[in-house]
Amino acid sequence: MKRLEPKHPRPIRWMHWINVPVLTVMIWSGLLIYWANDVYEVRVGGVTLFHFFPDWCYRALGLDHHLATGMGYHFAFMWLFAVNGLCYVLYTLFSGEWRHLLPNRHTPREAWHAILHDLRLRKSPPPPGKLNGAQRLAYTGVILMGVGSLATGLAIYKPTQLARLTNLLGGYQWARAEHFALTVGYVLFFLVHIVQVVRAGWNNFRAMITGYELAPVKEQGHA
Amino acid sequence: MPERKDPPPLTGEAAERQMQRLTRRSFTTGAVAALAGLGAWRWLTTAAPEDGVPWPLRRVLRFNQSVAERLGSPHHLAPTFPSESVEGPARTNGEIGLAGEVEGTAWRLRIQHEGRVPEQTIRLRDIQDLPRVDLVSELKCVEGWSEVMHSGGVRFLDFVARFGLATRSGRAPDPEGNPHDLYRYVYLATPDEIYYVGLDLASALHPQTLLCDSMNWQPLTREHGAPLRLYLAVKYGYKSLKRLGLIRFQDERPPDYWADRGYDWYAGL
Repeated sequence: MKRLEPKHPRPIRWMHWINVPVLTVMIWSGLLIYWANDVYEVRVGGVTLFHFFPDWCYRALGLDHHLATGMGYHFAFMWLFAVNGLCYVLYTLFSGEWRHLLPNRHTPREAWHAILHDLRLRKSPPPPGKLNGAQRLAYTGVILMGVGSLATGLAIYKPTQLARLTNLLGGYQWARAEHFALTVGYVLFFLVHIVQVVRAGWNNFRAMITGYELAPVKEQGHA
Repeated sequence: MPERKDPPPLTGEAAERQMQRLTRRSFTTGAVAALAGLGAWRWLTTAAPEDGVPWPLRRVLRFNQSVAERLGSPHHLAPTFPSESVEGPARTNGEIGLAGEVEGTAWRLRIQHEGRVPEQTIRLRDIQDLPRVDLVSELKCVEGWSEVMHSGGVRFLDFVARFGLATRSGRAPDPEGNPHDLYRYVYLATPDEIYYVGLDLASALHPQTLLCDSMNWQPLTREHGAPLRLYLAVKYGYKSLKRLGLIRFQDERPPDYWADRGYDWYAGL
């Protein structure tokens, strides 16, 4: 026996999906900009493990020698990213959706439970609810990362007008590095997100499009 | 949410049927939205280029400039650093407009004002007689690197006030009291005019906009734009013209070397 239950409100679904192309364009144009001074690498004890990014990587994706184009798109789509993000935060606050999203006192234990369950180290699923503890942490975290991208982005966009913000973030070059690191964070978030969506299955994915899911209900009398 | 207050939720087959309807409807909406998005992207990427970028992006860059000018303040200063933060010679980047040699004693700065003839010429030592300023600030290159460097010279503001430039009346600029006396823009170029920049007057008159004859406590080298260069703390480095030869005050927005090649004309930091 299944029951039709509302899951994701319409504004959340729209803002979620609008974010997909907007963030894609922001990351793509950001890479066009980063290419012009690609100084970041992962080093352990003087040994470079990975350089962001190898030359073949830029060539394969056509990311080299397009700094001006990158800046043109980045400084146009930043408005969409900021407005969409702001709408999301305001909507979650005023609709009460934040209750499902923000971590609460049960979250740490639930998140650990969910992670163990996902890694098949624990059989019982985490307690039912729209979002489990791990999801609450991840989805709140990614919103904070969005705020961080906006702040670090503004700090490197207007380091004179917003000198205080830039200083607060450790200076111009630190702010640039933070802006880059947050983007790496999005990509990692995205990878885990996709794996989890695939694992959760069709009913869950469909809910992000239609807003509803078919939830199993226990038969009367067996409770 | 109106959905939440709906009468008892559907169950069983009724739920399955309703879910099918919702799925069809939502996926159709999604597909139409995705196609509209793709169409918009195609339109944007194939729009006629204006100075190297699609014209809608050029519009947004101009809009961003107006936002920056409205919300920002011409009095905000770029952070300064102690003189010990400067080490060695300053990094160089770009040789456009620096072909050949320029003799400091023979060098003259040509000054023009829109609708005023003849042009003026000013000698280097008359500029060097102005009050000296030393500024240690972080130069930001549009490429993404930055470097703390010293710029020594005179304020552009003191320079125009001393020689009666930038205004229609020939009086010292008074941006707040008499803004219409100021020309709106200034065009600066190398003697051969191969490299050139355009500036709004507010940026040109910013207290951290200098005419420099020294960098990192050394006399200006040829690569850094001897005998005299511009330095702006409020713009990306591509606006800090080397080897100054010509300055023209005008009301029409002047061309700019890198803005003609796809970059932002305003480039304000």
